[in-house]
Amino acid sequence: MNLVGAPIDRVDGRRKITGTARYAAETPLPGLTYAVMVESTIPAGTIAAVDAAAATRASGVIAVLTYENAPKVEQHKVAGMTDRNLPLLQDRIVRYDRQPVAVVVADTFERATDAASLVRIRYDTSVPALSLAHGSGYHPEHSHGDEPSVYERGNVDAAFAGADVKIDRTYTTPVEHHNPMEPHATVATWDGDVLTVYDATQGVFGTRSRLAVAFGIPPANVRVVCPFVGGGFGSKGSAWAHTVLAAMAARAVKRPVKLVLARPQMFGSVGYRPATIQRVTLGAKRDGTLVSTLHEVRSQTSIFDEFVEPSAELTKMLYAVPNVRTINTVVPLNAATPTFMRAPGESSGSFALESAMDELAYAVGLDPLEVRLRNHADSDPSKQLPFSSKSLRECYSVGAERFGWSRRVPRARSMRDGGLLVGMGVASATYPTNRSAASALVRLSSDGTAHVFAGTQDLGTGAYTVFSQVAAEELGIPVSSVRFELGDTNFPMGPVSGGSQTTASVGNAVSVAARSARDRAIGLALGDPQSSLHGHDADAIDVRDGRIFLRDRPDVGDTYAAILGRHPQGEIEERGDARPGDEKTAFSMHAFGAQFAEVRVDPELGTVRVVKMVGAFASGRILNAKTARSQYLGGMVWGLSMALHEITRTDARSGRIMNANLADYLVPVNKDVPSDFEAYIVPEDDPNVNPLGVKGIGEIGIVGAAAAIANAVYHATGTRVRDLPIQPEKLV
Amino acid sequence: MRPFAYTRTASSSAAVATVTADRDAKFLAGGTNLIDLMKDTVEAPALLVDINALPFGDIVEHRTFVRIGALARMSDTADHPAVVRIAPAVAEALLASASPQLRNAATIGGNLMQRTRCAYFRDVATACNKREPGRGCAAIDGINRQHAVLGGSRDCICVHPSDMAVALLAVDAIVRTRGPRGERSIPIAAFHTLPGDTPQIETVLEHGELIVAVDIPISRLASTSTYVKVRDRASYEFALVSVGAALSVRDGKIADARLGLGGIAPKPWRALASERALIGVAPSAAAFERAAEIAVGGARGYGHNDFKIPLVKRLIVKSLASVAA
Amino acid sequence: MPVDVGPRAGPHPVPVTLTINGMRHDLTIEPRVTLLDALREYANLPGTKKGCDQGTCGACTVLVNGRRIDSCLTLAIMHTGARITTIEGLADGDRLHPMQAAFLEHDGFQCGYCTPGQILSAVALLAEKRPLDDASIREFMSGNICRCGAYKNIVDAVAAAGKQNV
Repeated sequence: MNLVGAPIDRVDGRRKITGTARYAAETPLPGLTYAVMVESTIPAGTIAAVDAAAATRASGVIAVLTYENAPKVEQHKVAGMTDRNLPLLQDRIVRYDRQPVAVVVADTFERATDAASLVRIRYDTSVPALSLAHGSGYHPEHSHGDEPSVYERGNVDAAFAGADVKIDRTYTTPVEHHNPMEPHATVATWDGDVLTVYDATQGVFGTRSRLAVAFGIPPANVRVVCPFVGGGFGSKGSAWAHTVLAAMAARAVKRPVKLVLARPQMFGSVGYRPATIQRVTLGAKRDGTLVSTLHEVRSQTSIFDEFVEPSAELTKMLYAVPNVRTINTVVPLNAATPTFMRAPGESSGSFALESAMDELAYAVGLDPLEVRLRNHADSDPSKQLPFSSKSLRECYSVGAERFGWSRRVPRARSMRDGGLLVGMGVASATYPTNRSAASALVRLSSDGTAHVFAGTQDLGTGAYTVFSQVAAEELGIPVSSVRFELGDTNFPMGPVSGGSQTTASVGNAVSVAARSARDRAIGLALGDPQSSLHGHDADAIDVRDGRIFLRDRPDVGDTYAAILGRHPQGEIEERGDARPGDEKTAFSMHAFGAQFAEVRVDPELGTVRVVKMVGAFASGRILNAKTARSQYLGGMVWGLSMALHEITRTDARSGRIMNANLADYLVPVNKDVPSDFEAYIVPEDDPNVNPLGVKGIGEIGIVGAAAAIANAVYHATGTRVRDLPIQPEKLV
Repeated sequence: MRPFAYTRTASSSAAVATVTADRDAKFLAGGTNLIDLMKDTVEAPALLVDINALPFGDIVEHRTFVRIGALARMSDTADHPAVVRIAPAVAEALLASASPQLRNAATIGGNLMQRTRCAYFRDVATACNKREPGRGCAAIDGINRQHAVLGGSRDCICVHPSDMAVALLAVDAIVRTRGPRGERSIPIAAFHTLPGDTPQIETVLEHGELIVAVDIPISRLASTSTYVKVRDRASYEFALVSVGAALSVRDGKIADARLGLGGIAPKPWRALASERALIGVAPSAAAFERAAEIAVGGARGYGHNDFKIPLVKRLIVKSLASVAA
Repeated sequence: MPVDVGPRAGPHPVPVTLTINGMRHDLTIEPRVTLLDALREYANLPGTKKGCDQGTCGACTVLVNGRRIDSCLTLAIMHTGARITTIEGLADGDRLHPMQAAFLEHDGFQCGYCTPGQILSAVALLAEKRPLDDASIREFMSGNICRCGAYKNIVDAVAAAGKQNV
């Protein structure tokens, strides 16, 4: 059977289109109360006085929690990439604008919201650190994972000094906020010392351990549930303050509490992509081959935690360059702690590197695609390992052909469409293949169906669907006979849904669990005198449509339903555990892609519209071509958004974010995305990366997309915009 | 949102009397702007008088004018054949506003009464003279990309958010009201006020005075009108700058002209001097550029919004060229 | 107070009767309760989503007397006597509305959170008899933000359902 790879409709789709999918805030609990956070309005200082009298008096108000009366909890992180130090009303210090400073609980949402607006807080303000460009920074220990924040191979200074052609440019990217459509939400309820939390999260187990630490209770006492999450993009990858505060409030009022962030609060304490200032130097020969690359990244973090935007990681491995230096500097600011945002590092870093590569192409008079081909890395030059598979050349050629790259006239500002300038740009994309340990449980029942459980999440990625396909194929049953459940810490452990690792991690666990359930069922049949398969050899067996049969004599067989019907329990359960092996020591593992963009620019008004985008991506085996294409397309929309729209604007005097809503923080609407917008799946067979042969697909779609558009804008106008987003004032 | 009482009526005189009698009462029509501001506690009326049942929802073409009832929804107005024919700029401006859902709720009267999108006005944690007279204007030295380059004062540099009102300037619309002191007709250009040192005052209406209709006189000039809007996003966004323009040409000379500008001033901005400079001359790029130059005479940028000055000039030239063609 | 003004309701909770998907819902709510919150928090109909609560995203789109509006910027009490349709009322039992089926087939969603609003908006777009060319669909679907970026598939779904309709 070829269930895996089939472009089937989402198995959870029906619930989403009928409004019956239940997101965290939609958990009905008897006696539910509503909590609303009050946030600071200054970025630095201390709380001088709290006047909660009016709020406390307001009708329906049950509690007002501030640093003066909040129960003691642990606000410091323990360990782990996704764990954060959290402001949990434990002290009077204000470290950033929109920090939680109080929580109001009332019997209705309206009353809680109103009372929250009545809490008066007086601050003693201090001088905030707000400037990324001028603040003092430091080199963190690591840029990402175990990678050192200062890296060099060869001798960049000497190579650059001797280069025929030199590019030395600085690129900047702004603060961007994820803004998933579903605001972060938590419903918390206590039963004695046992806490149940319905949370909008990308990691039920990470949230569980954070809550356990905060309240000093065993993880086993915390259950986190999240069957549906309305987008995350990294912002729901960590447990943030509101989740702990909801649980704290529920404990304080001894009733279930619902806490949903208002849209402006989505710009508060749930992370963001930090602003970056990136200097890239390229030294090259006249033929366009690189001799050196320097990539210096300056990004912001908070004064109470560290997050490094790893923008230079891809620079280490994307091109075959003998001399490379990358440096990360972080500058602590009075701002919330940044976090992972769709392709953290690769998205911002590829804007800089792939813009610089475009500048190099013009400097040496070569087609930008040709410059990339001349610097193609056949093996990973940083790890000095072969790639587990790499199909970047195919991505370039498929993308160029589908896009019609040959239409491009090389000279900038040389193509027109009526009164509009026409431009075309290209960029490379890459994203590492990550994988973590994960487990899954398969229960085969006498009705012939399989019930599969895994403590993972579906952010809209298609996890429900592809894991159902994997289970169905391994078991030899139709997808419709699989019921897949996820998003619950009562299920076997899975990692955070981040780093495009869910399919590689959990998919392999589902595969192992399903296979062992199948094998066990086969074993039952072979050992069962009542089965027509009794005494046959397991190697001679095949399974299809829920029926186990002899490969050579398909008429001799038995069904799961019959086998399990005769089993005393009526069902069997098998658990599958999967973890990375030693492939990382033998191979460098990355997905690759190529992005092509065409723009129209009004030369007088400076308005840019993307009229065509083509992405071609090779990410190993594709489990569902329909949902994979959607993921790629979504990533490309994010790239378009990064190129033209997204910027969080902070008042330089007050440190206050001034566009904390979706009218002033722009993301694309339907009209911004052209109909000529396609992602192509480049077939790739990777026997080395993991047993399923899959690489991540959720993030690579954004990588390089902003650069491709910026390069197209340069091609159209002759104006190089090195500061995102590209808005009319930068072109008129 | 602060608590409030709610009532409704089908009688305009009762609505006017009820609101007039209570300083803290407001009319409630589409609600898309008022309820939004109430959630931010920028607005906190104690009483809302729902006027949706008032008989002001129709659009009727008369011999010399088309009357758009104040409760006509933006979407219905944009699609109405008489409006499209008599005042194309108005239909275009409405279609370029907000979203289909908001246009189905928001009314023509409410559109004229909507308040600025200035981020400092909408954020009660910051200083705004419009919201709290005397507290200062944080926008002047703050993030002012969206803000005014014309008509601002030391107390306020906000911009008026309405697209439609800019188009109405190009078609000589008249706002008809009913208030505690009877009925009156106000030319659209005289309806909104500049901030000066009273930025909290935005229109000439008295408390309790209700818009009942907007009349657009039928004219050749109005029928040539057009509305052009520049924004970052392709849809569902307020204007960076916009132009409502109308031009009539007789014997090779411009006989009459209207030029309304949006996104650049605290009120829908009529470029009267530019209109005068156009009349009597032959339509040409040079004439349009001169009109554009005159329009931004005295314009001042505050940093982030400096680009609006060249941008609006170019948009004026473009839109005049398009209506002349 | 003039006689032809209705009685003042609130600010305390008052009885408000809404007709949602053909069913009568007797609620007791403050006048300040928005239609969106009335649906989600009081009528147990959370299919309508709250994305921004500010009229900037369209996730809360519902049909009132067949017209699409953002339910977050209107008060529930304003809609007594109106016919309100939410995503829960679109399918005919197990039979999906053609627009729902089209969204499923064309993968016009990912996380699903904007989806009820997109579908209702699309149903209204057809009822409004907007042209069904690509540019028109994109313009008249621009009041519904999809952060997952499913726009292309949404346009395909609307176009496909539109063809069936004709």
